[in-house]
Amino acid sequence: MIAGWHDWLLADTPRSRGQARLGRLYISWLALRRNPLAVIGLAIVLLLLLMAALAPLLATHSPIAQDLTNRLQPPSAAHWLGTDELGRDIWSRIVHGSRLTLLIVVLVALTVGPFGLVIGTLAGYLGGWVDTLLMRLTDIFLAFPRLILALAFVAALGPGIENAVLAIAITLWPPYARLARAETLTIRGSDFIAAAQMQGASTPRIIVGHIAPLCLSSLIVRLTLDMAGIILTAAGLGFLGLGAQPPLPEWGAMISSGRGYVLDQWWLAAMPGLAIFIVSLGFNLLGDGLRDVLDPKQR
Amino acid sequence: MTAAPVSGGLWGRRLAGGAGFLTSILLTFFGLLAVTFVIGRVVPIDPVLAIVGDRALPEVYERVRLELGLDKPLWHQFAIYLGKIFEGDFGTSVLTSRPVLDDLLRFFPATIELATLATLVGTLLGVPAGVVSAVHAGRWPDHVIRIVGLIGYSAPVFWLGLMALVVFYAKLGWVAGPGRLDLFYDGLVPTVTGMMLIDAPLAGEWEVFRNAVDHIILPAGILAYFSMAYISRMTRSLMLGELSQEYILTARIKGVPEWRVIWRHALGNAMVPLVTVVALSYGSLLEGAVLTETVFAWPGLGRYITESLFNVDMNAVLGGTIVVGCVFIGLNVLSDLLYRLLDPRTR
Amino acid sequence: MRHKIAWLAGVAVVALGVGGALAATPADTFVMAKQIDDIITLDPAEVFEFTGGEVIANVYDRIMTFEAEDTETLVPGVAESYAVSDDGRTITLKIRQGLTFHSGNPLTAQDVAYSLQRVVKLDKTPAFILTQLGWDGSNVDEMIKAIDESTVELKLGEDFAPTFVLNCLSAGVGSVVDMKLVQEHEKDGDMGYGWLKSASAGSGPFSLRTWNPNEAVLLEANPDYRHGAPAMKRVALRHVPEPAAQRLLLEKGDIDMARNLSADQIQGLEGNAEIAIDTHPKADVWYLGLNQKDERLANPKVRQAIRWLIDYHGMADSFLKGQFKVHQSFWPSGFFASLTDTPFRLDVEKGKALLAEAGYPDGFEVTLDASNAYPSADIAQSIQATMGQAGIKVSIIPGEQKQVITKYRARQHQIVALYWSPDYMDPHSNADSFARNPDNSDDAKSKPLAWRNAWEIPEITALTDAAVRERDAEKRKEMYLDLQRRLQEDSPFVIMFQNLNQTARRSNVQGFVSGPTFDTVYYRLVQK
Repeated sequence: MIAGWHDWLLADTPRSRGQARLGRLYISWLALRRNPLAVIGLAIVLLLLLMAALAPLLATHSPIAQDLTNRLQPPSAAHWLGTDELGRDIWSRIVHGSRLTLLIVVLVALTVGPFGLVIGTLAGYLGGWVDTLLMRLTDIFLAFPRLILALAFVAALGPGIENAVLAIAITLWPPYARLARAETLTIRGSDFIAAAQMQGASTPRIIVGHIAPLCLSSLIVRLTLDMAGIILTAAGLGFLGLGAQPPLPEWGAMISSGRGYVLDQWWLAAMPGLAIFIVSLGFNLLGDGLRDVLDPKQR
Repeated sequence: MTAAPVSGGLWGRRLAGGAGFLTSILLTFFGLLAVTFVIGRVVPIDPVLAIVGDRALPEVYERVRLELGLDKPLWHQFAIYLGKIFEGDFGTSVLTSRPVLDDLLRFFPATIELATLATLVGTLLGVPAGVVSAVHAGRWPDHVIRIVGLIGYSAPVFWLGLMALVVFYAKLGWVAGPGRLDLFYDGLVPTVTGMMLIDAPLAGEWEVFRNAVDHIILPAGILAYFSMAYISRMTRSLMLGELSQEYILTARIKGVPEWRVIWRHALGNAMVPLVTVVALSYGSLLEGAVLTETVFAWPGLGRYITESLFNVDMNAVLGGTIVVGCVFIGLNVLSDLLYRLLDPRTR
Repeated sequence: MRHKIAWLAGVAVVALGVGGALAATPADTFVMAKQIDDIITLDPAEVFEFTGGEVIANVYDRIMTFEAEDTETLVPGVAESYAVSDDGRTITLKIRQGLTFHSGNPLTAQDVAYSLQRVVKLDKTPAFILTQLGWDGSNVDEMIKAIDESTVELKLGEDFAPTFVLNCLSAGVGSVVDMKLVQEHEKDGDMGYGWLKSASAGSGPFSLRTWNPNEAVLLEANPDYRHGAPAMKRVALRHVPEPAAQRLLLEKGDIDMARNLSADQIQGLEGNAEIAIDTHPKADVWYLGLNQKDERLANPKVRQAIRWLIDYHGMADSFLKGQFKVHQSFWPSGFFASLTDTPFRLDVEKGKALLAEAGYPDGFEVTLDASNAYPSADIAQSIQATMGQAGIKVSIIPGEQKQVITKYRARQHQIVALYWSPDYMDPHSNADSFARNPDNSDDAKSKPLAWRNAWEIPEITALTDAAVRERDAEKRKEMYLDLQRRLQEDSPFVIMFQNLNQTARRSNVQGFVSGPTFDTVYYRLVQK
């Protein structure tokens, strides 16, 4: 049975588009599987997804319930990772915090990808003054100190998850726009675009229907590689008090509030930091592996 | 801190036309100023409040508001600001009540010192590590180097700094604590470059130098780790590219010793894009130091800008951003120029 | 240059046996770690920040003052004595003879008159403390006059209570500056303002050597001070923003005193024989402000309910332990006319019942603006949790202090958590803000706390106005006690705590004085 699937997926002459696509994915998977680091990365990311999905089941306590008589307890059987300065269970907070982390990553990806794609493909396909204008804009944002720009935006918009996402997205889109533009430039001259033009397809139709899908894969690889960076930036904003608002268990904010206790109650700051580290390591390993598989030029 | 994008430099493709290149820089610069200015004006903190405090009489408040020109339309305020900058007047900082230019001259060298040291160490370790990793691609030295690099890539810098402080300063006492110098060394050394590691030996104050080294080791070490992670990763990928080229094969067949093939031929060619990589990493350290400077109480530019931002000290924020922006632009131009200088094909 | 060598000598001594890890401060220098980034000026006519106020209290002598030996009794400082005229509208000050400034210039009645006039004319933030006495730029030369070398006559706009006037003269704006020296540095008629921001021209126990913003303030002893030379030759305030870092520096002996430790850090130091902890009662009151523009919060039952939904003692016994005490009236305890009753405690059932009576049996949603720093952030989260138990869903909006205040001043908050410290040690300082709102319109010029919460109180305003004019001290005290009771029972202010300041010092350090306000902190008795 398994062998059957294997053969079907690896067939030299796929009978349908679907089979071909699945086959390509399967080949990538086989390649990825050979890279132990990438598999570890994938496992970490899957664990994160699982943790976020099952947060209420995995958490032993409420992430926000305070117990002022039970503060700053070291890790124990009752509180696996100890309690924080307001007597909240750190393990439960980290578990629930994984949802926030995922939320931020997904929102940023959903903002940056399409935005960069639109700017890049428009500039690349239309050329001329549109290109000059859009790329100048991109250059301005690229020349900006990124973290400082993000800080400034959050300071202007007010702290909170949505604004942190927006700020990260604002600093992150330029490379995507350039990538999409470069891809568009190579695609623009190809025959099938010319054919579509001759058939009278409108410009939006060509961009959306023909060019954008082809740019997607390289954007996605880049996004995977950036995931860890997004997580770290979000944590940095949280650390500076500009991310999620209390009592939300955002990991960066947890480190920030644990900072004052680091000498006597190290676990307050160490545990959420460790969580950030593991998750971002997972994304990095996976991204690295994916790049090796999907983008052989980089090998 | 996220990795800086690897590109052939912002203006590489436009270097050809000198005039267009210049306008390009100026336009970018103008955009940078405009964006910062607008952000500064929409921050939900009353800048007058930042100056007169909460309990000033209404008349005092109103007078300061007029002094700041806040009654004028935004574009007019911006025009006035631009005009002053061209006269070299960055205004006065509210927080320090000194000319912003003086502040920048005081804070920026501290950041340069930190970032330069970190980049130096990062490059010296990162390039060889990357080469070794590429040569042994897929075998254990490669895995070890990649994992070490990825760990550096994945840890939040502020957290790592905090933990390092606890371990190496608080528990073990191997290094000095936050700050640039112990207090009683402050002000002993006349400022020449503003960088302690240079000024102290210049003044012959070796005791101060030792103390400065004690203080810089930890923050510079942590930044160097991040820089190394990035540089070794890029070196590895560039080297892999070079090692698969035909000329390498040719050299090997001709009997050139292996070390020479690797370190001379392949690395020599990879050097060109590597310069860009190092320049970009340097640039990202200069601004990425914001968090490190916060954790280590390092009196640098990043902290200056953040603190000013939180206090709507807009002259200071704008001044600082201009400096960092200039450095970014400058590094890009520089790496483009180096690129042309080093790359035989463009010579 | 000589200073540099002395400084170096100290360093060399230290550097010898050490090697970085274990240090000690020079024997004649007192080194403190403190958050000093609030300093924006050191001109006594402008200083209105905590650290700046503390520094000028050690650099300048004031007309009236609280001495380091007794920080709670108002005594004449530069003035030797005072006399109040029968109509209560003239105060005559006799100036001490033989005092000199750091510059060597003699201190005379002219300097005193000039100092006050300068404050009024420069009209910076704290000028209101003097202008409320009826002085302004056009009349001040007439109303404040040096009659001869040792006599100054102050004419008042109204017959204020003398205690009130004298308290005002003990504020930072009552600092006496060296007229001759300041005028030498005058530029474009600025009365030396540009220069004095970062210099000193006083007669206090210390003079300013340097102030590097966000880095350090260095003071040097004045051997000719009227109470004799301070024991410490130098005092240094070093900017260390992180409390955890302050604690480390203290444990390592790099500093003599840490000024901004949290309650938990203080507890972490207990049992360390080399370190001693001191607690100093302060005069800041921490409160919630309920915006009366919000109809829910304007409901008296809701205001009552919230008073029962705060875990005052739970907080004061845990993360605020040792640094805050429960206090529920607007004038801090330990002073003239303090009300120390604390009738409210956490009682969720009572809160729920009151909410139901108010028509909100299921509670409601409300926002709480609070500073994102310790302890505001923790206090806000505790309040969020306890109010949540009665169904009030609080969402916290954390921000920088200045951001919170900006919003507060625009009356755009719903609930705000902040603190208030008196500008001078007279109950009117707080009553003027909590219990006085002469104009509740949106474009009112003055923005006292009552206005910020849109609390329309003509009756209480009249009571406050009467109290400040009452010349019988005993009656006056009763009036303030009455005012405090009224506000305690029902007002948009839920007053929770009074703050206690804790400092941790190396145990060999003695004699640091920290009085009830931020500017009754004195270094001149420090020994080690």
